[in-house]
Amino acid sequence: MRKMLLAALSRVLQGPAAAAAARPVSRVVVASRNYADFASEATFDIKKCDLHRLEEGPPVTAVLTREEGLHYYRTMQTIRRMELKSDQLYKQKIIRGFCHLYDGQEACCVGLEAAINPTDHVITAYRAHGYAYTRGTAVREILAELTGRKGGCAKGKGGSMHMYAHHFYGGNGIVGAQVPLGAGIALACKYFGKDEICLTLYGDGAANQGQIFETYNMAALWKLPCIFICENNRYGMGTSVERAAASTDYYKRGDYIPGIRVDGMDILCVREATKFAAEHCRSGKGPMLMELQTYRYHGHSMSDPGISYRTREEIQEVRSKSDPITLLKDRMVNNSLSSVEELKEIDVEVRKEIEEAAQFATTDPEPPLEELGNHIYKNEPPFEVRGPSQWIKYKSVG
Amino acid sequence: MAAAGLGLCRLAVLASGPGPLRAGVWGRLPPLAAGSRRHAAHFTFQPDAEPSAHGQTQKMNLFQSITSALDNTLSRDPTAVIFGEDVAFGGVFRCTVGLRDKYGKDRVFNTPLCEQGIVGFGIGVAVAGATAIAEIQFADYIFPAFDQIVNEAAKYRYRSGDLFNCGSLTIRAPWGCVGHGALYHSQSPEAFFAHCPGIKVVIPRSPLQAKGLLLSCIEDKNPCIFFEPKILYRAAVEQVPVEPYYIPLSQAEVLQEGSDVTLVAWGTQVHVIREVATMAQEKLGVSCEVIDLKTILPWDTEAVCKSVVKTGRLLISHEAPLTGGFASEISSTVQEECFLNLEAPISRVCGYDTPFPHIFEPFYIPDKWKCYDALRKMINY
Repeated sequence: MRKMLLAALSRVLQGPAAAAAARPVSRVVVASRNYADFASEATFDIKKCDLHRLEEGPPVTAVLTREEGLHYYRTMQTIRRMELKSDQLYKQKIIRGFCHLYDGQEACCVGLEAAINPTDHVITAYRAHGYAYTRGTAVREILAELTGRKGGCAKGKGGSMHMYAHHFYGGNGIVGAQVPLGAGIALACKYFGKDEICLTLYGDGAANQGQIFETYNMAALWKLPCIFICENNRYGMGTSVERAAASTDYYKRGDYIPGIRVDGMDILCVREATKFAAEHCRSGKGPMLMELQTYRYHGHSMSDPGISYRTREEIQEVRSKSDPITLLKDRMVNNSLSSVEELKEIDVEVRKEIEEAAQFATTDPEPPLEELGNHIYKNEPPFEVRGPSQWIKYKSVG
Repeated sequence: MAAAGLGLCRLAVLASGPGPLRAGVWGRLPPLAAGSRRHAAHFTFQPDAEPSAHGQTQKMNLFQSITSALDNTLSRDPTAVIFGEDVAFGGVFRCTVGLRDKYGKDRVFNTPLCEQGIVGFGIGVAVAGATAIAEIQFADYIFPAFDQIVNEAAKYRYRSGDLFNCGSLTIRAPWGCVGHGALYHSQSPEAFFAHCPGIKVVIPRSPLQAKGLLLSCIEDKNPCIFFEPKILYRAAVEQVPVEPYYIPLSQAEVLQEGSDVTLVAWGTQVHVIREVATMAQEKLGVSCEVIDLKTILPWDTEAVCKSVVKTGRLLISHEAPLTGGFASEISSTVQEECFLNLEAPISRVCGYDTPFPHIFEPFYIPDKWKCYDALRKMINY
């Protein structure tokens, strides 16, 4: 009886990844061998957030249960390994074009997802692989989209910057263009009255775009349930924040919109802050602004080595002192929520999953040529797309 | 007909060298060793002869010739300033390397990420009398600035009755397909701006042309948009004079004289149609006249019409989508002026009416095979 319970619980711990890869039962039992030795939860002190136009902020302590911890660890590790795999595939020229990697920032997407419901909405810019995963896309579909194959989540037609999932609106290439969209989604949420909110993410570079400020105004005026989240990784491509912005207090840039500045490398801090902001929005008080202070290890994209505008020492320092996965791991091990061996086992499973996904992404066929003309318009009956000359036409199926 | 075209496309992909779709056509190929998968370009750059009229020359590629032009401008014009995203360290395509060190940080400076702001700011600088050279990082990002260009820059002189103007503004942007750019790093938006009287739109085909045309744009007393074919930044190498020289705007150039068909293109596509002309000569014995349009707005109607009167057939080619592309304007004007001289309908070989695709790029671009096919059909009309 106990063994069955343990088996079931371990399967739950494995999270969404379990759906993608069937696991033999024997492995499940191995992972739960020392369950009885672990604590079921622990309380941690987290950094106090800086506040703008707010009397109270998010709580300064957070409770982490063992299941949650393992789930976050697995998700962050999956994203980390997926990004490193994309790096590898890009260098082998199996992935081409543009590829903006998310490693170093995993605590942001996993923390955000932990604080919201699957029915809430998320929209972000082009550094989207992590969000595509946390919003429910399988790793193999993400990698297949990067390699441009038909098994990809956008049928191979979008690539790295255009990944979409249920209630995840991408994946947007033009900097800052997704923010007004986010406010629109928030308006729809308010209109339908289903108690949903929209997380609208953008970067420190985008924070200087005009349309962001237009959106702040509309969201505050109409009290839209929108959380504006600025993922400040200190560099807009190659320009550091000091050289790009007159005010680097991005959480204050909403002016009349209340803001909080959050340590984006600590997943618990992100989760608590997002819960706080979500509460604020759901209660009808209007939008809120969150600045997540985070860091990316890779350059802006794969064609950027990332060391011409910052030193290797800086990257190393962040990696050794504030790596989100290491922080979580240390917390869990030091508070008996897990053991080093158990986490290592999760690492091994994640690696295997990523390998399988990469194998799929490399061998899946490309989308058929007819896809070139599809989905331009929504139309019945299908119309003809003009090609390069009068006699080349494609049928477009909307 | 459609099937034949498709078949030719597939043939074209195989013939033009290894590409991402080759494995798809032939089935599963084992992954090639890292580094051995070089994707062949759809064109071969053909350099012009070294000019003797402008003094000493130096071997330069496209981005170096742009740097040389900007260097000349900054040294001769004390009011000239260069600004844009990331231009200070040299720019993402290295067009402004060394200029900040040489001329100081007041003259070569970065702007934050705000295209509308960059162009609006540039218009202000130009109206006050300084020479403003704004860089938009990719032509695909020029759309937030579209309002500023069309509503402010283009109409300033007109609406103020020549009291004010922003003629000393030049906007530079990398343009065109690059092999892996996908939707937002490959666009050719010249047609959007062709619809706007008051600005000039210029697209060079090579380093030699680029330096001369850019210097002319900067000198010109009208706001100019200078699109630089990004795929040629490193691929195109020529002997370019070190001293400044000017190539006149609104003058098309006949690169090769011919008597049977006129081929018109601009930017990278010029090299594609040059190859098509050679193919036509060898395989069909057809003599083609190749014209590089260079300036899109105002365009050289005289040169093109004169050529069509001689040959009777016209083929225009560009990467931008077919509907509303600039070829439609050329086609319409030529049929008005030279109707009775035409032997066959004017042919336009352009991109598909779809967003610029991610994985389908080799199929999308109007490569030499599609142009050749169109030419053959015109000859046999």
